[in-house]
Amino acid sequence: MNIHEYQGKQLLSQLGVPILAGDVAYSIHDAERIARWLDEDVVVLKAQIHAGGRGKAGGVKIAHSLNEVIEGADALFNKRLITPQTPPEGKQVNRVYIEAGCKIAQEFYFCILVNRQTGGNDLIASREGGMDIEEVAAKDASLIHRVSLDSGSDLQPHHVRSLCYAMGLSGRVGRRVQDVMTRIYKGFCALDAYMVEINPLAVTEDEHVYVLDCKATFDDNALYRQRQVEEMRDDDEMDPLELEASRHDLNYVKLHGNIGLMVNGAGLSMATMDIIKHFGGEAANFMDVAGAATPQRVAAAFKLIYRDEDVRGILLNIFGGMMRCNDIAEGLVQAAREVGLKKPLVVRLEGTNVEQGQKILRDSGLPISPVGGMEEAARTIVEQVKAG
Amino acid sequence: MAILLTKETKVICQGFTGAQGTFHSERALAYNTKLVGGVTPDKGGRKHLDLPVFNTVAEAVKATGCQASGVFVPPPFAADAILEGVEAGLELIICITDGVPVRDMQRVKRDMRGRKTRLVGPNCPGVLSPGIGKIGIIPGHICKPGRIGVISRSGTLSYETAVQLSASDMGQSTIVGIGGDPVNGTNYIDALELFLADDDTDGIVIIGEIGGTAEIEAAQLIKDRGKKGKPVAAFVAGASAPPGRKLGHAGAIVSSGDETAQAKKEALRSAGVVIAETIIDIGRAMKESLNR
Repeated sequence: MNIHEYQGKQLLSQLGVPILAGDVAYSIHDAERIARWLDEDVVVLKAQIHAGGRGKAGGVKIAHSLNEVIEGADALFNKRLITPQTPPEGKQVNRVYIEAGCKIAQEFYFCILVNRQTGGNDLIASREGGMDIEEVAAKDASLIHRVSLDSGSDLQPHHVRSLCYAMGLSGRVGRRVQDVMTRIYKGFCALDAYMVEINPLAVTEDEHVYVLDCKATFDDNALYRQRQVEEMRDDDEMDPLELEASRHDLNYVKLHGNIGLMVNGAGLSMATMDIIKHFGGEAANFMDVAGAATPQRVAAAFKLIYRDEDVRGILLNIFGGMMRCNDIAEGLVQAAREVGLKKPLVVRLEGTNVEQGQKILRDSGLPISPVGGMEEAARTIVEQVKAG
Repeated sequence: MAILLTKETKVICQGFTGAQGTFHSERALAYNTKLVGGVTPDKGGRKHLDLPVFNTVAEAVKATGCQASGVFVPPPFAADAILEGVEAGLELIICITDGVPVRDMQRVKRDMRGRKTRLVGPNCPGVLSPGIGKIGIIPGHICKPGRIGVISRSGTLSYETAVQLSASDMGQSTIVGIGGDPVNGTNYIDALELFLADDDTDGIVIIGEIGGTAEIEAAQLIKDRGKKGKPVAAFVAGASAPPGRKLGHAGAIVSSGDETAQAKKEALRSAGVVIAETIIDIGRAMKESLNR
């Protein structure tokens, strides 16, 4: 799960990490009120969307007066921001963070993430802050410094000390940056974060250290014990179909093709997307009907996919190890009747109770194409959708 | 004699009396696995499926001499269950549970350092050796005794592979589901080492997916072994996946260039592995690799 910059800053400030004064606005009126309260010569307006690259896309405005705050807020609240990390149509700005300005002397990059190779956490730092870290890596990899902790090992003072020395930081500023890094690391662990990226971490002209931007991703599997984080979920950031799928506990990701997929298992779902592409089609979604598929869940999943306007045909690919094919068929028939099936539907069933499942499909009288194997299933749906 | 399990391996189930534990223990017994009991806190002293229930793993070890365990407990308790098994001295722990927090698994990894226990999973379908036994949820009826080892992150794709290998009479020596989580126990390279050393395995199938670089490490190991290795075939799922989106498995997300299906396939191919472009070709790819 991702959160907004301002939410990340709220979490960090509770841990004693220095942030600049600011608050989130939901309207131009809010923005004006917050700017009055801040009473600063310079305030910064930052569009809050779950995507990086906001600055270059015009999602950050600097205001020197209340009038400029209102103008800036007006421009942002009516904008769909398009950055390299958003969908092509961009993301609607519904929240704007209004923050005090500061006199920046130096900008650094700092990131903590789970290293899958070691199973431990990595800390990455660079004195080339404020830039895209991939660009820095491409330009000069020696500017990027990394500490890899063993899985489950604690962060020690020497770890952050060495990162600071590598970035040319020592003395009072170095100690302040080390303190901030240590606090962020503690928060990273305590909040079950998967990735926290601070870019930039700023040192001001008067030698104070502030987190100026914050991106954070949390472990979905740990949200049950992270209520404060869970409550930061912003449903507006999700695709409406994905949101509904998550309410049914379905693993669903909207994609750009026109063949709707319903599969059991994450691996088989990906492999089905791949084989559709192999035969010249394009999947409209990833869907893993994980867990115990009752007829009700199967029906909910099918209706969700059917409702997607991009979907021109549907492929059901089930390998019932734990699931029973008759349950799947029952849910499918019920949902297909409810929606008044008009789009092509190809079904490949295999595994437990497959004969019973096939019989339910045949007896339903619905225009379903039952197929033997995955290859035939993929070919058939691609052909049917192409034939329109 | 396949890997990980023998006919003599005494197995317990943690989370024995729960719905999942019960269902899959019944199937393990039907598959002639030497299941000797199970653990559910506060239910010790009862009988379940005609087998003894214990409060702790240590008690189960003492009473039955069990060496291996299948963990079916809910995610918040999985790390504790694994570590209980480790401290009780089990040789093999297979954690089926899906949804274990990463931080919990980091703690497990730390506490397992220097221990002799092998962990498979979490979020995995388990291990099955046809004709010997199984721990986990792999359906026995699709498997057939043979001489091909299968290593897979995905459960359902290991089943697709098993069906093809069974149909073409290659069969399987052992199927190892290593699971789809970012921080896990046994990885491709560990399972590869076991299969390479196993006299009953002639060829190996690797089923990978996007995310992480474990398949690239496997490719390196295969390359290093060169002629002393065994024929390998592989499929990597997620060639059509968009970057930055998590596809079902907690670990299935492309966040850097090495993590794409393309990069993994290329690494494996350059190590002499026969690549199946789609999952339906994995049986054919294995046969081709054996005939080279």
